[in-house]
Amino acid sequence: MSKPSIERGINALKEQIDAPIASYFSSCVHCGMCADACLFHTETGDPRYVPIHKLEPMRRLWEQEYTLVGRLKKLVGLSKKITAEELEEWQELVYNSCSLCGRCSMVCPVGNDIVYMIRKMREGMSAAGYAPEGLIGASTRAVEIGSPMGVTIKAVEAQVKHAEKDLGFEIPMDAEGAEYLVLMSSMEIMNYPEYLQAVARIMNQAGKSWTISSEAFEATNAGIQIGASDIARILVQRIVDAAEKLKVKTVISPECGHAYTAIRWEGANLIGRPFDFKVQHILEVLDELRDQGLLKTEGSEDSRMTFHDPCQLVRRGGVVEQPRNLLKMVASDFVEMTDHGIMNWCCGAGGGVSANEDAHELKLKAFNRKKKQLDELEVDALVTACANCRIALEEGLEENEMDIPVYGLTEMLAEHLVTEQPGKEK
Amino acid sequence: MTSAEFLLWVRGPGLQIAAVIFAFGIILRFFEIYMMGRKKNLSAKRASGTGAGFRTIAKRFLPADSETMRRSTFTIVAGYIFHIGLFVTLFLFVPHIQLFDALTGISWPGLPMPVVDFFTVISMIALLALMWQRLTKPVLRMLSTGHDHLVWTLTFLPFLTGYLAYHHLFVPYTWMLAFHILSVELLMILFPFTKLMHAFTLFVSRWYTGSMAGEKGVKV
Repeated sequence: MSKPSIERGINALKEQIDAPIASYFSSCVHCGMCADACLFHTETGDPRYVPIHKLEPMRRLWEQEYTLVGRLKKLVGLSKKITAEELEEWQELVYNSCSLCGRCSMVCPVGNDIVYMIRKMREGMSAAGYAPEGLIGASTRAVEIGSPMGVTIKAVEAQVKHAEKDLGFEIPMDAEGAEYLVLMSSMEIMNYPEYLQAVARIMNQAGKSWTISSEAFEATNAGIQIGASDIARILVQRIVDAAEKLKVKTVISPECGHAYTAIRWEGANLIGRPFDFKVQHILEVLDELRDQGLLKTEGSEDSRMTFHDPCQLVRRGGVVEQPRNLLKMVASDFVEMTDHGIMNWCCGAGGGVSANEDAHELKLKAFNRKKKQLDELEVDALVTACANCRIALEEGLEENEMDIPVYGLTEMLAEHLVTEQPGKEK
Repeated sequence: MTSAEFLLWVRGPGLQIAAVIFAFGIILRFFEIYMMGRKKNLSAKRASGTGAGFRTIAKRFLPADSETMRRSTFTIVAGYIFHIGLFVTLFLFVPHIQLFDALTGISWPGLPMPVVDFFTVISMIALLALMWQRLTKPVLRMLSTGHDHLVWTLTFLPFLTGYLAYHHLFVPYTWMLAFHILSVELLMILFPFTKLMHAFTLFVSRWYTGSMAGEKGVKV
């Protein structure tokens, strides 16, 4: 990556403006309804957090460069140039107060996909040098070490060994010709090692061949969050190379929201060609196994539970019914939050917010939205399918002294797998 | 200039100028949008986006869900009243239909005058309410620029002058009718270059959003 500068930023931003963006800016009537859909606004009341306002520099650039009236205004000196100071001021709005959750895009009456624009706005911001330190660090580590949290293959190997000891069977590493390539997120490697064991047990029971790659174990993509397509491309290419080398049929995106967006929806566009393997979220795979009768569970959790939809899985990813089908297998008292599925509320820490130290306080304020949803339901436990949501939820719950455990859905299912060994029933 | 001369001008050359700018402006704006192009989606689609795009065009005429309705009640209710009133006064007022008939040869039945009058009044009330909201609600105060106020004025004037002309208030009818037509011409001239353009581009925006989501299997 060349050195960031305002010129690079403006050029990057110009490159991002396409027909949908031109149409979106032409359609906005400043009705302000997106504000009511944004948890950073509803929980703080700060008017600057109205989603469409976060795009104001990009809107002006579009007007000045790509409309007749804007060009005429520029010619006679009536338009305000986009300055470095302005982008610096906007950094907070574009990164700290947006988790790329896309709820604003659901309510816009003229149909603007606002978060589509924020994602692109970040390309300009990072090229101009106005991205948060935390995300710059995560992106650099992802490229140089292979993980945004600095997790190395050694850590993965150690975890694999540990898991094999617990499981009593081998975890396939670099197995060519396996059906599934299982990816993980650093968060899972560091904080939730249960995930790998759960996948291993489920795959084992289903009799499916799978593998981990020593060259591409990390599914998350800091390039998508910071808005640097060059970095995002490198990270996706790693996975593509590993999948092609191992000749797998399907790559499984882990319990992570943006990793799914990165590899499932942006991946092929980033590397410029379609994949010849399938990409599925772990929940899609599990739901298929359930459908085929290959996921057999026994017993169920009796406590009152609800499911927190990761934004990138539902409204930005189309994985909505799968977690519900799966939860019904093992939760007898499953209840939905008022706003769920494609209208869910974010945990407050997606889209790079969790890696961004500057957003720490704001993130905890935004969590109040989730708190209100949970208070309404009086649940005993919360289930989700994104390690980043999970850690954000755990942090928010702790901060609010709410004693509600958070589970990963894959692990919960693995705990209820039918087992031949006697005395292991829960 | 007498009131009759003025009326003749706004009905003749004035209307022609406005119509030409309106039509060419809209074509230009669509050109500006489509000229930007967009990249082909190479990811494996769950479904075709085309149909989903059209579904979203229809779906966004209604609020996303009851919670959204609850959260944005004022904007949605006032917005609906205004747009319905606009439709009724513009297309179902008999003299307007006669004008469309004279211009295009196409005509349709109108509503009784008192009904249209009622819709004119509630449209103006809705517009005033929306302006009041724009001037008092922090989010809208922050968002609003001169552009928003200009467009509001351009939209309000045809209602006001039409109402005053119909009821023969304040100034002689001929003058007021001429002002009414002039206000519509101003609106037409500035239409393509302001946010009024949303009346056309919202279909494009909804289609793009709906089709991109539809390819992911998400109904928005």
